[in-house]
Amino acid sequence: MTDRNDVVLETKGLVKHFPITQGILFKTKVGAVRAVDGVDMTLRRGETLGVVGESGCGKSTLPKLLVGLEKPTAGSINVRGQDMTKLKGSALRHARRNIQMVLQDPYTSLNPRMTVGDIIGEPFEIHPEVTPRKGRAKAVQDLLDTVGLNPEHVNRYPHQFSGGQRQRIGIARALALKPEIIVCDEPVSALDVSIQAQVINLLEGLQNEFGLSYIFIAHDLSVVRHISDRVSVMYLGRVVETGNDAQIYENPTHPYTQALLSAVPVPDPRLRGQRDQIVLEGDVPSPANPPSGCRFRTRCWKAQSICAEQDPVLSIRERSDHPSACHFAEPRDVVHAV
Amino acid sequence: MTDIKAEIDVLPGLDPHAPLLEVNNLHVEFRTQYGVARAVNGANFRLAPGETLAILGESGCGKSVTAQAIMGILDSPPGFVTQGEVKYRGTDLLKLPENQRRKMRANHIAMIFQDALSALNPVFTVGYQLGELFRKHRGMSRADAKKRSIELLDQVKIPAAKARIGDYPHQFSGGMRQRVMIAMALALDPEVLIADEPTTALDVTVQAQIMGLLAELQQQRNMGLILITHDMGVVADVADRISVMYAGKVVEEAGVYDIYSRPAHPYAKALLESIPRLDMKGQQLNVIRGLPPALTAIPQGCAFNPRCAYAQDVCRQDPPPPPYAVAPGRTARCHFWRDVIGE
Repeated sequence: MTDRNDVVLETKGLVKHFPITQGILFKTKVGAVRAVDGVDMTLRRGETLGVVGESGCGKSTLPKLLVGLEKPTAGSINVRGQDMTKLKGSALRHARRNIQMVLQDPYTSLNPRMTVGDIIGEPFEIHPEVTPRKGRAKAVQDLLDTVGLNPEHVNRYPHQFSGGQRQRIGIARALALKPEIIVCDEPVSALDVSIQAQVINLLEGLQNEFGLSYIFIAHDLSVVRHISDRVSVMYLGRVVETGNDAQIYENPTHPYTQALLSAVPVPDPRLRGQRDQIVLEGDVPSPANPPSGCRFRTRCWKAQSICAEQDPVLSIRERSDHPSACHFAEPRDVVHAV
Repeated sequence: MTDIKAEIDVLPGLDPHAPLLEVNNLHVEFRTQYGVARAVNGANFRLAPGETLAILGESGCGKSVTAQAIMGILDSPPGFVTQGEVKYRGTDLLKLPENQRRKMRANHIAMIFQDALSALNPVFTVGYQLGELFRKHRGMSRADAKKRSIELLDQVKIPAAKARIGDYPHQFSGGMRQRVMIAMALALDPEVLIADEPTTALDVTVQAQIMGLLAELQQQRNMGLILITHDMGVVADVADRISVMYAGKVVEEAGVYDIYSRPAHPYAKALLESIPRLDMKGQQLNVIRGLPPALTAIPQGCAFNPRCAYAQDVCRQDPPPPPYAVAPGRTARCHFWRDVIGE
């Protein structure tokens, strides 16, 4: 696990601030939305890292930074030892091949005026060295076959497919350049439950077949548990707790993780009223003006004066066997009946 | 204040001892240029005071259209109720003239919607929209209506209700907006509340707040609640009974404990096996092959037969399976329910 060669992606102190400006001609910066505010994460080969959090936690900005759609304000993104934030021109284009993305909404992320063959083949236009022009039609058909679609449908348009099939097209497009890493931004949340399972199983199958590494971003903690090897929980632009499946779901130590997990309903009526329920007061504070010290302290039942003064770092603590950003980290089972 | 309620109560056929709400053999279709979409094909259920009935299903199964038909807010055309009855205390609402139906809404049956931002009017303050109910339905003065509105916002636990009454919907967070909508639905003390995906657009921690609030208000008022959702976790937490809908039909109706432990319809069973669970790791997700049918071309016989593992020749022939009585108060529209439940 500690083998450095196994690490395919590593971020250090990743920050993205969106400026808030005032004025029309002479825009002056009056503040910043701290969407991502110091994120360290590591992804190993063949592993799935789940990222969970609520709206406003930065889980939609993070994937954009990772695939290079947004430029980070600070920090580094190392893919196979290369810092993506420092690369330019052809070196950057070459490096980007290795990290692809599956988007949330299969209805808006496919161009309605392109055929499926053109959509999946477009990456080859941008990176002609991957597949020679002659072999492209065949490559597209193979990709369709890989994701469980009929290869004869290359000339159809996106509207002729259902939501689940469109998400398969999005996955085929991400696979086209044979990347090592795929960032999945809420890949199943727009789909119906019976279709969700099909796409999750497909993603798992592809991972085994091609040895892919996934960053799987979602708000559904049950889906994330199912597919992930490790999970990072985000709150207001920071990772507050990270660990493997048992550490996060059986022994969460950060109060926010505990509250989040306790709020997720379990599809078993016999557990009704049997679980440890934590109902949080209020809403997530604005990321433009986060609280001092620990960002969760305004909603936390454990908060004391130290929480307002000292920003807790994400580290292994006395009563937590995995990294947790809480001064009073301590395990509490909220998932099972008590 | 109760004048209008009294007027409704003397409606012919209104019987206080009849079931609170009864939907019998409801059919709704949409006549479009591409053909007739049969959205609801014979929905049946009943609701008692204080009871929570969940209508569970995927998109296009007819669950929202059923709610709209009960409320009388179906877009018509293209939507038409072609058959069936919606009985409130013994009176068939579908036969009432529009002016009486209008009085039924909010007074007796109220509804909350998924997306509060588009359900509320963006150009009026929350206080104005809430007060309108009291002014129009109860003939209150502006001052009295405002006072009642503040009380209501307090009841749904909006902090500093007095100060926020003059705010516009966009100034509230998603969870707070949903509270405003709940306040609006409960303003005239309805006996039945229909909640159409009330928490789908919200984060889980806010979802827990809203579901807790709904349960509390329901208990205080002994309201019947119809919860329309696709979330099997939420249903397991709050429902008393469940109606599972597929292609416009209720395919299984049962108590919540029965359906989760021993489903009798293959679709209900497959749905339960296809969702990952928070409290377990590594279980195999069962896939329901294929897609839900297009409503313009529902398969002959049982609508689920092309996707069903139990399907035999009899399932592909009309008539579709009737609602077999599995147990008292429990039905399943499957010829082979004994095999499904036995496993």
